[in-house]
Amino acid sequence: MTLLSVENLSKRFSSGGRQVAALHDVSFMLAAGETLGLVGASGSGKSTLARILMRLISADAGRIRFDGGDWLALTGPELRRRRAKMQMVFQDVLGAFNPRATVASVLDDPLRIHGIVPKNERPNEIAGLLNRVGLPASYAERSIREVSGGQRQRIAIARAIATRPSLIVLDEAVSALDVSIRGKILELLVELQEERGIAYLFVSHDLAVLRAVSHRIAVMDAGRLVETGTARQVIDNPQSSAARALIAAVPRFATGTSAGISEGHDS
Amino acid sequence: MSVLCEIRNLSVTYRGQKIPALNGIDLDVIAGERLAIIGESGSGKSTLARAVAGLLPSGSAMNGKMRWSSGHPLQPGRDLGFVFQDPSASLNPVLTIGEQVAEGARQHLGLSWNRAYSQALDMLQRVHIPEPDKALKAFPHQLSGGQRQRVAIAAALAAKPGFLIADEATSALDMVVQAEIVSLLDELVREAGMTLLFITHDIALASGFADRVAIFKDGRLVESGPTGTVLAAPQEAYTKALIASHRDLSTPPLVREVAS
Amino acid sequence: MRLIRNLIRTPEGAIGLGILALLVLIALLAPALSPGDPLRIAARPLLPPFTDVNFPLGTDRLGRDVLAGIIHGTRTSLAVGIAAALAAIAVGLCVGLAAGFAGGLVDEALMRVVDAFQIVPSFLLALAFVSVIGASVPVVVLAIALGAWADPARLTRAQVLSIRERDYVASARVIGMHPAEIAFKEILPNALPPVLALSAIIVAAAILTEAALSFLGLGDPNVVTWGSMIAEGRNILRSSPSLSIFPGIALVVTVVGVYLFSEGLTKAIAGRRSEA
Repeated sequence: MTLLSVENLSKRFSSGGRQVAALHDVSFMLAAGETLGLVGASGSGKSTLARILMRLISADAGRIRFDGGDWLALTGPELRRRRAKMQMVFQDVLGAFNPRATVASVLDDPLRIHGIVPKNERPNEIAGLLNRVGLPASYAERSIREVSGGQRQRIAIARAIATRPSLIVLDEAVSALDVSIRGKILELLVELQEERGIAYLFVSHDLAVLRAVSHRIAVMDAGRLVETGTARQVIDNPQSSAARALIAAVPRFATGTSAGISEGHDS
Repeated sequence: MSVLCEIRNLSVTYRGQKIPALNGIDLDVIAGERLAIIGESGSGKSTLARAVAGLLPSGSAMNGKMRWSSGHPLQPGRDLGFVFQDPSASLNPVLTIGEQVAEGARQHLGLSWNRAYSQALDMLQRVHIPEPDKALKAFPHQLSGGQRQRVAIAAALAAKPGFLIADEATSALDMVVQAEIVSLLDELVREAGMTLLFITHDIALASGFADRVAIFKDGRLVESGPTGTVLAAPQEAYTKALIASHRDLSTPPLVREVAS
Repeated sequence: MRLIRNLIRTPEGAIGLGILALLVLIALLAPALSPGDPLRIAARPLLPPFTDVNFPLGTDRLGRDVLAGIIHGTRTSLAVGIAAALAAIAVGLCVGLAAGFAGGLVDEALMRVVDAFQIVPSFLLALAFVSVIGASVPVVVLAIALGAWADPARLTRAQVLSIRERDYVASARVIGMHPAEIAFKEILPNALPPVLALSAIIVAAAILTEAALSFLGLGDPNVVTWGSMIAEGRNILRSSPSLSIFPGIALVVTVVGVYLFSEGLTKAIAGRRSEA
């Protein structure tokens, strides 16, 4: 079942000095419960696409069908209401939260705005969300600044699932985290997907991260979607030069180790 | 195999902090080698880079010894080049590229502006900046992130130092540009026979070109040795865990594959 | 609050806070420290300072107690200074928030109004206002606020424009928060710190402006102010300089206290930011 359908999306940026990535006629689909990895170098337009999808910036042309309706046509209170179904996890673990917030207030906001549970049940719901992402319920009292990077990203995920969305857009969600924590966060995301049937649009410049969690991969280059296929197809048999460059760029161990293939790293 | 810098029992505590950022580090930097310092956030790897370069903030408490082969600490700019993580922050937005790259040559080699500028042009060519003569007059914001980092490298090497420290120099760049910058650093360092101290959190990235690696955790040196040896036969549990947590395209995915 | 603790740790903040606390105490306890009307004739005129233990700072041309004048003048100066600054900041915050958040034509229009108020020298504006409407404490407060609101407005707008781009504001939109809630809950509290640092300077400027207005005879004639005391002493400056000097010292101490406080506040806020 198609959850999201993006058709002929285009966007131009006019900014003096440098050419900022535009989007040219981008189209793709996402089925319920699947993960589409959106990969590209910086300037490929993938973050722009994510922001247009989240209605943070406007598109110049194109249509988006989501949850059975015309997503781009929604405005005002109706849009705010329907946002519950599409949530986002950001890259910048520090900047993604109001510096004055507490963990409880971060999770309370979406619950309150969408009336997910009655007011007196919210503390329980918050505790439940924290536990689900692997944090003790006692964290609710803490200020968001007292929490580590990996824990903050767990809270960001808890905030994203609070409104029972059907789609979560993750914009470089693990890029700023330590390598040892990345794996745990990716595992958590996959678990949540299997449990709740949430679809992910995972935007990243790191193909190794996408290989871990994506069912399908779409490759962007200079504002265009140049290749799509299953994760295995794109990585084992890349058709576009952009895909080949991204594959070559993934660091591998240069000497044979238990973690990687014993291929030399050719610069 | 002469030792460029001998570090013994180095400890660094920042002002106002109780826990030391570095605790009792014993490490040798061998002249002409490519040494990778690998660690996660809070490991102290950046602190080590700054301590070696003499760039610790005022008020930091530094104990222990750093003995240099030349007898005195290296002078930043002249003997030592430093490349920072964020090229947007390490380049002055109101000065042209040419001015910033030529500055080092002028200051430390005593060249006139003209000769320093032609030196700068040469450096920009060596770091493969497209249209280097135009780039001399351009401003940092007109370049892409990868190009800015190339400029930062050119500026660090302008006075032809013998020692280059790259502090997470690729961490703010995307994968493709990261690979290019690493290969550039490798090329430049080999050509000039420089010593390279490469700070990173990515052990696989370092393995591609480092002669030796030193693994840091929570301000302590966990393990060090030749790259091949440490990777093939890690001694410490943390090193093993770090190697195991690396993901590349051959790591089995966490999701079930879809039929095409 | 952590902020106050950080403030006291800096030498400027500690001294500034100390001076201001002392002044506030004097202002609050004025009737107890110096009972009776300070403008009444208490003794023979031109009593020199440090001669009579009942009148430590002497008396003026009409025989009014200088110390009483200074103590009661603290009330006026602080009240006018703080009230004017509060008014200026309140208006500035609202205008800056509206302009920064709304953008487009609303932003342009509001900024032109801000420009207009910034172009006119604030003292002359206050002067003209009081001359036309008449001198009383509320009018003086309003006059000073009119000249002072434009700077906080501009600063607030700049803060709002920068904060609007942060991921946590985007995040608030993504979870469906109402724009008004975003403005007041996410943006405004984070835009405040530099404006608060500015407010201390506005208080100092307001106190000086009030003193200047009183000096020129445009202050409220029914209350004693340091400015009017200085004006009174102007005519006999050579024979009895103390009459102008003591209120002058009081002004200097107050303004220095406010400046030190604002320095300490800025450092405390900056220190807090770098911890995060």
